Amino acid sequence: MSEIEKTIPIEVLRYRPEQDTEPILQTFQVPFTDDMSVLQGLQYIKDYLDGSLSFRWSCRMAICGSCGMMVNGKPTLSCKTFLRDYYSAGLRIEALAHFPIERDLVIVMDDFIEKLESIKPYIIPKTPRALSEGEYLQTPAERDMYEQFSSCINCMLCYAACPQYGLNSKFVGPGIMALLHRYNMDSRDGGAEQRMELVHSEDGVFNCTAVGYCSEVCPKHVDPANAVNINKTESAKDYFLRFVMPKGAKSGAAK
Amino acid sequence: MEVFEADIAIVGAGGAGLRAAIAAAETDPALKIALVSKVYPMRSHTVAAEGGSAGVVQAHDSLDHHFNDTVGGGDWLCEQDVVEYFVAQCTEEMVQLEHWGCPWSRKPDGHISVRAFGGMKIERTWFAADKTGFHMLHTLFQTSIKYPSIRRFDEFFCVDLVVEDGRVQGVVLIETATGQFTLIKAKSVIIATGGAGRVFRENTNGGIVTGDGMAMAYRHGVPLRDMEFVQYHPTCMPGTGLLFTEACRGEGGLLLNKDGYRYLQDYGLGPAEDKPRNKAMELGPRDRLSQAFWYEQQKGRTIEGPHGSVVHLDLRHLGEAFLRERLPQIYELAEEFLGVDPAHTPIPVRPAVHYTMGGILVDGNCAAPLAGLYAAGECSSVGIHGANRLGSNSLAELCVFGKVAGIEATKYAKSVAPGNTATLLKQAADSQISAEQLVTRSDGTERIATLRKEMAQTMEDGCGIYRLGDSMQATCNKIDELKQRFKNVNVVDKSNVWNTDWLLAIELGYQLDVAQAMVYSAINRKESRGAHQRLAGFEARDDVNFLKHSQAYYAGDEAPCVNYGEVKITKSQPATRAYGAAGEKAEAERKQASHV
Repeated sequence: MSEIEKTIPIEVLRYRPEQDTEPILQTFQVPFTDDMSVLQGLQYIKDYLDGSLSFRWSCRMAICGSCGMMVNGKPTLSCKTFLRDYYSAGLRIEALAHFPIERDLVIVMDDFIEKLESIKPYIIPKTPRALSEGEYLQTPAERDMYEQFSSCINCMLCYAACPQYGLNSKFVGPGIMALLHRYNMDSRDGGAEQRMELVHSEDGVFNCTAVGYCSEVCPKHVDPANAVNINKTESAKDYFLRFVMPKGAKSGAAK
Repeated sequence: MEVFEADIAIVGAGGAGLRAAIAAAETDPALKIALVSKVYPMRSHTVAAEGGSAGVVQAHDSLDHHFNDTVGGGDWLCEQDVVEYFVAQCTEEMVQLEHWGCPWSRKPDGHISVRAFGGMKIERTWFAADKTGFHMLHTLFQTSIKYPSIRRFDEFFCVDLVVEDGRVQGVVLIETATGQFTLIKAKSVIIATGGAGRVFRENTNGGIVTGDGMAMAYRHGVPLRDMEFVQYHPTCMPGTGLLFTEACRGEGGLLLNKDGYRYLQDYGLGPAEDKPRNKAMELGPRDRLSQAFWYEQQKGRTIEGPHGSVVHLDLRHLGEAFLRERLPQIYELAEEFLGVDPAHTPIPVRPAVHYTMGGILVDGNCAAPLAGLYAAGECSSVGIHGANRLGSNSLAELCVFGKVAGIEATKYAKSVAPGNTATLLKQAADSQISAEQLVTRSDGTERIATLRKEMAQTMEDGCGIYRLGDSMQATCNKIDELKQRFKNVNVVDKSNVWNTDWLLAIELGYQLDVAQAMVYSAINRKESRGAHQRLAGFEARDDVNFLKHSQAYYAGDEAPCVNYGEVKITKSQPATRAYGAAGEKAEAERKQASHV
């Protein structure tokens, strides 16, 4: 049998709200080559086997964050997961866990977006500066304090991995906590105090039970678990200092 | 149909759309801005830009150098007054992004760092490792959240502009999640939908890059300018076309043929030296490098691979630590997608379609020749790229002209009265009916994927790196045929919720119109310039007849009408485009002449 004739069965969880009362599994036989991604497998299904299969994708290179899904129960980006790794065992693809399914592999991501919008994810200048004064100076070491946390592509794999988010979707969750931490750690920013309100709240960092699976599945090495844990410490310090100082510890506590 | 009353509607929320929205919100916070995108903003294709964004900062650089690199790089088909404005604004826009939090890479003293790029005399590319577009896009998106007057319509797909009384007055949208239609009434509309690289087979673009805005404007009589100029990026992944940034070469990467020879020295880019020299060898412009690949392939000096001929991008001498710091994404792409460790093995690369230089005709204020309509970014042709875009100019363009479009659209919106809702709704209803007909018809027989594949293949055959009259004619015929067959397209999905089969069909319709504008503009340009290289008698540049912009006008079922517009020359007369030692000699002679 030549390479071109090989096929691989791909099992996909389907849910079409206008016709299905509950999600159902459907299996497709897809031509297999050694360099095909899971995404390319899905594209083959869409193009030639069943045009009604819906999923999000765009860049194909693990930077746009669209194509997160569960592959054999693990949150992954389908564009950088390869069929060859499942050739003998087979694979089952499902929508990202812990989110409502909109249709097939498409999840409702309103909750994530609302959380992102809620944490003031922008520079609140510590010292305002006119454009004519040029850039803020920031040494490579200062940049390193937040750069890793700025690499989040909002793929939400960490939410699908987080058991706490699965139990209580009010929990702010790993990715957004990393983003919050990214701004708090930026030498140009003075907004940490405003953002820490969210960290202290009952849906803040203390929901995390330190499983660490979020960091394991992160495709960009953001290490959101680390961001959450640093903020637990900061939040505890801040909470304590509230008894000593009016308005709690200064924003700089996180720096 | 839902109606949303806005002052300004922006279609597309990538770099240009977001920058326009912020500029509009800052210009007049009282105006209502509807920011529409078929994907969540951070998915927009700006995210995939890697290498960097131009802005003069070094003492030995100058705006004149940036101007000359841009205009010469564009083979003198640039609007020089617009380029002058552009280069003067770039740096401030980069500083603005810095103030908004963009994590630019830094020098030890805390100032931003710049790197070398192709076709650039002095290093002026601002960068955030090799994820510059990603960081710019997320910075702009997150910053946009500050402005309460920006109302986002995420995952709303635009099917038409509403033009009434000779001016654009709104846009018609499908909400992807429900299949329901919305009319956004607006006094001005900015199109910022990006390029159309997906009309070609092998390309660096994301799946969403389907020329939507270009096609919508074109169907309403706005010309698409310079569409024959499509940039092949020289270093892409075989098979998928994924990009290995020009910064690989900016940081010192080499291109080798099957004999391990730096073949670029045979194509007027030499001499080959150990140290990178700006505007020479691997730091030559993209069109020249892709053309050199083509010749190497003809000579049998490329390497055969499973996805076609390749050459080697050699980064080994840069060392793992440096590569991890400067080119981390490239490192991962090579490792994960190709199983190649670039610190130890050269990366196989070949050219792929990357960028559409042409687009919606707009003036230096981003205004299209349809009242109320503006465009910015890759979908537009504001005139800075000419026949070949200089690397690093497109990210800068998003900011500079996104801002201009936002400000100008605000001014216009304040100068006109709102339209009559009933009249606009009637038009929107017509747009809805024609979009829905794709789904409601039951007798379609043409598979979407088949039409798309045939389109992408014929565009590659006819409008590749080198072009022949006969093959371009064959492509014209093929696209005409595909447009007819598209009328018989079969949308198998009949549902409302997340019906991507339907949206793919609408996108295919857009793509076919844009592809047709490209190939007819190409066959009519009987010369070679920049990214449009012809063989068989038209190998030379012809300034007498073709120092002109092509302008393609939509003609429904007929072939587009292509006519020509003047090129604005301010201070750089067309000259021989030379790089390497030849380029330096030519520049010295020009300087000498101007001193006499």
